[in-house]
Amino acid sequence: MSSLKRIELDVLKPHHPNSLDFSSMIAEKLPGARIELTVTEVDEKTETVVIVIAGENLQYETIVEAISNMGGSIHSIDRVEVESESELLKPVNSEEHV
Amino acid sequence: MFKQLALLLVITRSRSLVRRYFVVNGFDGALTMLGIITGFYVSDRTNLSVVINSCFGAAIALGMSGLTSAYMSETAERKKELRELEQAMLENLNGSAHGQATRLLPFLIAAVNGLSPLVISLIIISPIWAATLSLELPFDALECALILALGILFLLGAFLGKISGTNWLWFGLRTLFIATVTSALIYFLALP
Repeated sequence: MSSLKRIELDVLKPHHPNSLDFSSMIAEKLPGARIELTVTEVDEKTETVVIVIAGENLQYETIVEAISNMGGSIHSIDRVEVESESELLKPVNSEEHV
Repeated sequence: MFKQLALLLVITRSRSLVRRYFVVNGFDGALTMLGIITGFYVSDRTNLSVVINSCFGAAIALGMSGLTSAYMSETAERKKELRELEQAMLENLNGSAHGQATRLLPFLIAAVNGLSPLVISLIIISPIWAATLSLELPFDALECALILALGILFLLGAFLGKISGTNWLWFGLRTLFIATVTSALIYFLALP
């Protein structure tokens, strides 16, 4: 079992909603997450943005749904940070410390 | 539902469009009623039911005109915009908020465009209705309706002034001036 801690996505989105609304709407779907959006390219009707989302146990499907709902399209996953949960969740057994 | 509607208005930047339709068509409705009622006022103050039916007929026609024309033009415009955006995105956006906006916003805009003149017209002719129901009015029924029309036109102007962030009173007085000029033209040009 692993949990997604950080993900960096290359996304093509329409100009509207703007970057502030776009990232705020993603944040609404991911309580406690931190979103960083950087516009890397601007075309006539679209813009390419790099979105970095960091948080605890992020749900990738929720992120995809939020982006698609606003007309965005994920081009690539450029970086991820995943943490294994098995060790963290294992109950502490006193015998193991002996 | 209201949250989703707000999102659709944001992504399509339609909030100002809805406001514009409300004011423009509300202004149309109020000025039309002012014109008809002034026409009756300067002629031989015919039977009040004739005045109501004339005003009501015009109000319904304005409402229907606003409803259908806005729906058809908005649907066409939104579909064109969505198609262009889909070409730029190289993706089908039917399932996105943009696709939803293309389907739903024409209804909302048509409703605002149609209901604005209809509701404003009905408010203006309400004193004439009241008079037919033998309710007591401070002035003559037509005079009350004219005052109401002028008041609503002033408020629409003041609303515009508030939106523009300038002097609402000045905007209100300007629309009141337009309404007064319209009434004066009808008053002086109408056949005795």
